[in-house]
Amino acid sequence: MAEEVKLFRTWSSGYALRIVWALKLKGIEYETIFEDLTNKSPSLLQYNPIHGKVPVLVHDGKPVCESLVILEYVDETWKHNPLLPQDPYEKSMARFWANFGDDKLMKSIWQLFIAREKDQDVAAVEALENLKLVEEQLKGKKFFHGETVGYLDLAFGWFADFVSILEEIMSLKLVDGERFPHLSSWIQHFIDAPVIRDCWPPRDKMIIKFQVMRENYLAAATPK
Amino acid sequence: MGSGENKVVLHGMWASPYVKRVELALKIKGIPFEYVEENLRNKSPQLLKYNPVHKKVPVLVHNGKPVCESLVILEYLDEVWSTGPQLLPKEPYQRANFRFWAAYIQQLLESIFKLFNADKEAHEKPLQEVHEKLRNLEDGVKEFYFPEGSPNHISAENLGILDVMLVSVLGPFRAKEEAFSVKILDPGKNPLLFSWIQALIELPLVKEVVPPHDKMVGVLQFLKQSGFKF
Repeated sequence: MAEEVKLFRTWSSGYALRIVWALKLKGIEYETIFEDLTNKSPSLLQYNPIHGKVPVLVHDGKPVCESLVILEYVDETWKHNPLLPQDPYEKSMARFWANFGDDKLMKSIWQLFIAREKDQDVAAVEALENLKLVEEQLKGKKFFHGETVGYLDLAFGWFADFVSILEEIMSLKLVDGERFPHLSSWIQHFIDAPVIRDCWPPRDKMIIKFQVMRENYLAAATPK
Repeated sequence: MGSGENKVVLHGMWASPYVKRVELALKIKGIPFEYVEENLRNKSPQLLKYNPVHKKVPVLVHNGKPVCESLVILEYLDEVWSTGPQLLPKEPYQRANFRFWAAYIQQLLESIFKLFNADKEAHEKPLQEVHEKLRNLEDGVKEFYFPEGSPNHISAENLGILDVMLVSVLGPFRAKEEAFSVKILDPGKNPLLFSWIQALIELPLVKEVVPPHDKMVGVLQFLKQSGFKF
């Protein structure tokens, strides 16, 4: 009996992109269902009643939610081309840094992105501190786990794309090659890596989407 | 395996729910460990060395190597001590399901913290959020964790990650209710969660881990009064 794998995603979600990459890296055939989060399908709400978010992976009718949980599920179910390190300690480090990426780094980058001009310097301090920590992790490595793309690269993948989008919209340089040589180099390698490079959402659409988002945030923050 | 080969040190703080998870997990798995109580207003140089990114507890130090973040530590314990009691099931779909709900119990704690941080007059909305999460949790785990509808199978021998998470968040629920004059866990609204946590806190192993009621009320009230942000 053929396996049935479905992925609920949106065109722009960085979380969903993690799963697209994981499935493609492992050569798993799957059906894509694109969602409009302003008009969620009954299927999405049935498969993810608690959060109603993407991504959701449905494997033979059984849903798995939360992108990092899905990544582990994919790795444990299709064991070839492993994404996570085998060694328990290395694995714990990978999970730690993935959590850091989602909890601390993403928040601080976002705070910078929506900061009013007068608040940008303060917001930048925390963002840059977090970037320094990621830079340290990449010393002496092409990708987070070494020579090939793995779990942590997929977890930080959103960042590789979003940095240049933020820099263009805000007209500032966040990850400059002198201050962050390893991070800059990782971004270049990851963006162009096989499989990874075929999946990026259209840049012009992303610029528009995030520009509008930023304008809305700034308008809401402006005192009346 | 001699004790010299597996030196485990847990850096913690007695009232931290995150530390309690690891403490209980170590006891469930029968892993001998040394405990170091940290003064969070005067953190030890060791803690700062082992967790430079967050500077928080818990930190598990295994043969000199630090593991940080409570859920990361729990997974690590299961992988290294892979024989004996397991916190997660073996089958990938069940693992994913347990991980999802473990993370959800953490979100419940975050909602409880929001409640603690709110002024007394502004309790209603955060309390509603807590009750909504409790309802979701009750409905969510019912089918796969309590198919008979009650926690008859809860015993010291088969505790897993969800039991650990629940103890860390709701173990001291009465102390939290008293400290903040709120009703968090109502047996009428959440019969399953109520009987589940009751069954858990009766176990001698769990009693060793949940902080004493009065001490907990005291520390929660003290922290709130000193403007601490949970």
